[in-house]
Amino acid sequence: MEQIYGIFLYTVFLLTMGGIYAVLTLGLNIQWGFTGLFNAGVAGFFAIGAYTSAMLTTAASHRHLGGLGLPAGAGMAAAMVASALIAWGVARICIRLRSDYLAIATLGLAEIFRLVLKNENWATNGARGISLIPKPFEHLPEPWNQVAMLLLVFAIVLVLYGLLERAQRAPWGRVMSAIRENEAAARAAGKDVERLRIEAFILGAAVMGLGGALMAHHIKFIDPNMAEPVSATFLVWVMLVIGGSANNRGAILGAVLVWTIWSTTEIITTRLPAEWALKAAYLRIFLVGLALQFILQRYPGGIFRERRLRTVAPPSSQKGGSHP
Amino acid sequence: MEFVNFHLIPGLVLGSIYALGAIGVTLTFGILRFANFAHGETMTLGAYLTLTLVLLAGWHPLLFLPVAMALTALFVLGMDRVFFRPLRRAPTIILVISSFGLMLMVRSLVQVVWGVKLQSFSKGIALPWVFFDSLRVFPKHVVIAAAALALMLGVHVLLRHTRTGKAMRAMSDSPELARLTGIDTERVIRATWIVGAGLAAAAGIFLAYDTHVETLMGFKMLLPVFAAALLGGIGRPYGAMAGGLVIGVVEELSTYAWIGSEPLLPPGYKAGVAFAIMVAMLIWRPSGLFRGRVF
Repeated sequence: MEQIYGIFLYTVFLLTMGGIYAVLTLGLNIQWGFTGLFNAGVAGFFAIGAYTSAMLTTAASHRHLGGLGLPAGAGMAAAMVASALIAWGVARICIRLRSDYLAIATLGLAEIFRLVLKNENWATNGARGISLIPKPFEHLPEPWNQVAMLLLVFAIVLVLYGLLERAQRAPWGRVMSAIRENEAAARAAGKDVERLRIEAFILGAAVMGLGGALMAHHIKFIDPNMAEPVSATFLVWVMLVIGGSANNRGAILGAVLVWTIWSTTEIITTRLPAEWALKAAYLRIFLVGLALQFILQRYPGGIFRERRLRTVAPPSSQKGGSHP
Repeated sequence: MEFVNFHLIPGLVLGSIYALGAIGVTLTFGILRFANFAHGETMTLGAYLTLTLVLLAGWHPLLFLPVAMALTALFVLGMDRVFFRPLRRAPTIILVISSFGLMLMVRSLVQVVWGVKLQSFSKGIALPWVFFDSLRVFPKHVVIAAAALALMLGVHVLLRHTRTGKAMRAMSDSPELARLTGIDTERVIRATWIVGAGLAAAAGIFLAYDTHVETLMGFKMLLPVFAAALLGGIGRPYGAMAGGLVIGVVEELSTYAWIGSEPLLPPGYKAGVAFAIMVAMLIWRPSGLFRGRVF
């Protein structure tokens, strides 16, 4: 009985984390999937969201800035705003860059942001990070607080999914894919390409900020290492590419699938002897990378391919369930 | 004299290391047309291969330079064959994602094989030569600068006076035209990887010889090396050399106490200097100082 209860708790934890990664992946999908913006700095926006929410919701502390003790909801909203504001600044400068350059610039930016988090002890408590971040529903009895958190994450993913599906079908989303496919044509059709790309970048970053805030509240602790390119940016990219770029369902499925594999293999590696455990952890990254290469070469569309919208929906090609 | 000893000379040494790395980036960018994120890990690999050879044979690390360069080039050729070549016709950005994945794959491979502990080629502290009672020069710095210069001269001879080098330049200028004139593009691509990987390995070995071997050393060099390539203009090997020197020197000078007695920039932020230069270049002069290509 105790074992089943343990498995139940683990499943809840697994799904909650998967849901949080789904939020991050949906954010990247707006930037990369919809609009074709290569953001290699997912970790940066994740960290902005996580730190903003953590600083606003923790109890007063002399170790770091903030400590206002606000409710978690306010922290999450602020996380989205902060992430969007920084994304606006970044986009104003970098959005015109060609895809590779944008990737280099965003990677560099995330790295600098990590340096700030690590070095500015007075504001962020440096490498020791921020602990005792309040978790929503903490006061509920043991399994229910976890379940409630899962339901909250679930609800957020569902709302985001609904909104993004609508946005993708709306004229806004169509212009975005037009920009991705043929920028010159979109420009010739009179679209303000730069402005629209900035919009997509900001929107995606705000969603990533929300994901960061959720993570901070869920784990109750945050440090600069969580903004490492491996743990955040790489995983989220793998999730999106494997699930299927430009497909919101693909983004969610990819996140849950990759996270499940990532997390369950961790159980195996931690049971190994200490010297092997560390090596196995790195081997795990290698194997996930290999899976990414396989998908890129064999199934470049991912599990769920992008659904091409037509101006007039032909009755035969629309299979059941393509409309949610 | 503190300025020369602790900022200018280390800056020039670091700059020549960056220059070697940047040549590879700019050649790959010019000929294969994508930013190779795995280039930093190529440098790490070169350093670790040398470490193994040093531990096995116990000779001076720089004696293994040619062997380690060749081994690294072989590894990268294999990487190209398995991962990049099937994507040759895919959109550029797919190659960038692939190289981003490879960056982490190679790093984790190094971590699995060699572990994550900080290691170094030789134990003990070398004393500097002292000139005029105040100018201090470390022998290793002289060796690194001389070896880097020799390698750069080699690149110059290769690009100017050999058929392969001329084909590489032609393909960098216009791949279609190069193909029409009967240049074997796959051969040129192989040559590019060999040169780029060899120089990257050398850069990694020099940095390791100057400081130590660690698994993140290549990633830390990636941004300065990209910045150097952009500063020099993409596809311009000479520009990359100059860009590398500039980035290295500016990085070291940024921590000098120009005003008062505090460093101008806290040393923790040194990595930000290259990035700032790069973004400024991308915005105001994307063709680089030497009129490179803008893709």
